[in-house]
Amino acid sequence: MADTSTSFIGRSLKPHKTSRFLTGGGIYVGDIRLPNMLHAALLRSTRAHARIHNIDVREALQMNGVAGVWTGRDIENRIALFPESFEIHPGPWLEGVKPVLQGPRPAALVIEKVHYVGEPLAIVVAEDRHRAEDALDLIDVDYEELPVVADPNEALKVGATLVHDKSKDNVVFSFEVNKGNIDQGLRDAPYTLRERFRHHRYCAAPLEGRGVVAWVEPKTNILTVWSSTQMPHLVRRQIAAQLNLPEETVRVIAPDIGGGFGPKVFVYPEEILVPFVALQLGRPVKWIEDRREHFISTAHGRDQIHDVELAFDETGRILGLRDRFVLDNGAYNPMGLTDAYNTAAHLQGPYKIPSLSVSGTCVSTNKVPNAPYRGAGRPEAVFVIERCVDLIAAKLNLDPAEVRRRNFVQPEEMPYRVGILYRDGESICYDSGNFPETLARALKAAGYEELRQQQENLRERGRYLGIGIGCYVEGTGVGSYEGAKVRIDSSGQIVIATGATGHGQGHETIFAQIAADLWGVSPEDVRLVEGDTASIAFGCGTFGSRSTVNVGSALFEASARLREKVLQLAAHLLEANRDDLELGNGKVFVRGMTQRSVSLSELARAAVPGWASKLPAGLEPGLEETFYFVPATVTWANAAHVAVIEVDRDTGEIKLRDYVVCHDAGKLINPLLVEGQIHGGVAQGIGAALYEEICYDPDGQLLSGNFMDYLLPGSTEVPKIKTVHLESASPLNPLGIKGLGEGGAIAPPAAIANALADALRPLAAQVNEIPLSPIRVLEFITRT
Amino acid sequence: MISKRPIKLIVNGKPCEGFVEPRLSLADFLRDHLGLTGTHLGCEQGICGSCTILFNGETVRSCLLLAVQANRGEVVTVEGLAGLAKDGEPLHPIQQGFLEQLGFQCGFCTPGFLMTVYELLSEKPSPSEAEIREHLSGNLCRCTGYQNIVAAVLWAAEHLRKTS
Repeated sequence: MADTSTSFIGRSLKPHKTSRFLTGGGIYVGDIRLPNMLHAALLRSTRAHARIHNIDVREALQMNGVAGVWTGRDIENRIALFPESFEIHPGPWLEGVKPVLQGPRPAALVIEKVHYVGEPLAIVVAEDRHRAEDALDLIDVDYEELPVVADPNEALKVGATLVHDKSKDNVVFSFEVNKGNIDQGLRDAPYTLRERFRHHRYCAAPLEGRGVVAWVEPKTNILTVWSSTQMPHLVRRQIAAQLNLPEETVRVIAPDIGGGFGPKVFVYPEEILVPFVALQLGRPVKWIEDRREHFISTAHGRDQIHDVELAFDETGRILGLRDRFVLDNGAYNPMGLTDAYNTAAHLQGPYKIPSLSVSGTCVSTNKVPNAPYRGAGRPEAVFVIERCVDLIAAKLNLDPAEVRRRNFVQPEEMPYRVGILYRDGESICYDSGNFPETLARALKAAGYEELRQQQENLRERGRYLGIGIGCYVEGTGVGSYEGAKVRIDSSGQIVIATGATGHGQGHETIFAQIAADLWGVSPEDVRLVEGDTASIAFGCGTFGSRSTVNVGSALFEASARLREKVLQLAAHLLEANRDDLELGNGKVFVRGMTQRSVSLSELARAAVPGWASKLPAGLEPGLEETFYFVPATVTWANAAHVAVIEVDRDTGEIKLRDYVVCHDAGKLINPLLVEGQIHGGVAQGIGAALYEEICYDPDGQLLSGNFMDYLLPGSTEVPKIKTVHLESASPLNPLGIKGLGEGGAIAPPAAIANALADALRPLAAQVNEIPLSPIRVLEFITRT
Repeated sequence: MISKRPIKLIVNGKPCEGFVEPRLSLADFLRDHLGLTGTHLGCEQGICGSCTILFNGETVRSCLLLAVQANRGEVVTVEGLAGLAKDGEPLHPIQQGFLEQLGFQCGFCTPGFLMTVYELLSEKPSPSEAEIREHLSGNLCRCTGYQNIVAAVLWAAEHLRKTS
């Protein structure tokens, strides 16, 4: 390739391709308006657990401007149930881990019983949203209240009320993974500790909630659905399956998405109901979730309680870890064991742990379903293991950084097998990285040694400075696949279609940089089409820090194939030997004779069928190739976070003074966008550690259902985040990249909790749950 | 049926008329009646700040104001921000700052931030970082962690000082 290669990968290109967001030009699902459009509103349960004796919709149906009302009875035989959620797991993992699975299959609208406050009972469609909501007020529901299952440990007791009548108990899924001899490890260890950790329930809270618009395009009879989703192809598949339509008659488009962060990765009842009512009424229908609905209907995350036994020796080396944890699953489990098993898979972190036993139990309760949120099980695992490492340091009076260094997998041990399966069914293997160096750089950037000195000085003056470390590894770029369709159009532009769909990450810029280098063009000459099932046959979506790895690799392979055809055609047109040709500046030219060239535009115009064709015999028309990249397994990113806090022991208030991240996500495509991802992830992690909490009362009523009660961190709460990088290339894909979208959010709860424990070390405070609100901090202090 | 009321107002420098239900919010009027969908609704409770616009020169939450209350008023939305610079450029220097410093990701909260920053820099051309953070504390962003937004404001402030 010409020396234009590698000139854009690695550069901090500015986001010109998304500058529409600066002028109000983005089109989110709420901005879509179609002729004759109707508006839907959902009737949601006001009870956490109740039998439904009757839903009286007569008055609502008679209201002026109401086009229709449907209850569970009305759709019972017309909309199929949601599929079993464990269907998402690959066979080798199911065979290897042998989990117990009894997931209930939810209906789009419930009939006999409600299972959480917010569960949809009916859908109303009217001429405008105001009228649709007015009609909701006219519907009368006859509830018979049932005992509420609000606590997951209570839910596990014999004789507990059942969330789902047909299940034998409240366990949805459970599994156990083991390596080494944990009993012996615990028995023979010089030191052991037992601890209970709680990682609370909170939520992604993207600023744009969910929303769906559906209509049947009259000419083609294609049901077109716009949804604020991270997974358009999955939404299409499920609409087709549940409405019994041929998949080819359904098109799903994810327009601009105002943040995803996980909960938009699976299919919700509204994504089936809105297309259904649009088909019934023959008119476009729109539904936009409001913020209150978001809190009671969009999935929450985390919510795990861990009972841990840890074995270690006098030098601080970990000998074994047993962890029995319970995940409060809420009423349904849309993503199987994804979060719970991610927790198990990431529990060993960057450390060598000879024996391990982890069991996870997902328990049904009368709450909003629990599903992946940025990190998806990893922040919970990291909170556990990183608090454990600090407890070892406290017990042995060692520096927490030193305990980490003594336990790290060493760079010369890479690739390193940790001895259990990943959730893709492959044996976990850390493919590259230098964990000691990652930590060393983070500590240096934080000024760790000076901070320790400062801590001493402040302690003498009665002030409590704390320094906390949070290290983690993250399996990124999970399969099963993602595709790229690469086409050269008649203007010479490179057009890429993919099934992944971004929601702020900057896909347009990143993939343009990669394609620009592969094709010797400017990023301005690359166009990305994503989030549209009509543009590529198969797609997974954007989640799990996977898009750059999978789409980047697919783009690489598709481009390599298409380049062969382009060079063959160019050789024919230039009457040159294919091996003497090079790509650069939007042209193919003969090496050393740049004037003997043909542009990509000319090549595209030559590669047509018919009279204008200049194709040689044997070459088919069109310059287009599609490649689906199937990763062998995940590639492992890692990072070290350092949080510096000061806590007021009288008020319990924590002030975050400094935050440092050293991140290793392999080869970086665009450092500016990388930093943006890290900043945003850390800010969410700070929210988790200090402010955000989904609270239910014992009756299953949500107490934190708006932004006044659910505190997102603002500009005065998030400090300046210092970032440094390592770039350990991945050997698992052609560009050496690893994923990083989730990373920032994984470690802050651990690092900040460690910082608090460190600050309060003179008081020996136990810090084993978050969020670290002032009142909880005061409890930690007074409990000691 | 609630009777509709006529309203007249200036939006982004142009006279506009409407015939609206009294319960219609100004945000819904701008979005659904005028097609100015750059003003976003993130909570409809006045907390997130995504719907922030200028009303008679001051920032307001357009989700908390009724369209009828805006009668005879003057509104500027994100679509009209570039026009306030009067330099004919497609982006106002504040918007340019957000582009230079990656002050946005998903773009949903961005219009509200831009309008809030416009107010800040009109009142205080050389804000400190702490003053910027304080002034922006009523606007929520879930993507950026605010750091690059602050950098964008500093960039815009410097640029505006140079050109004024």
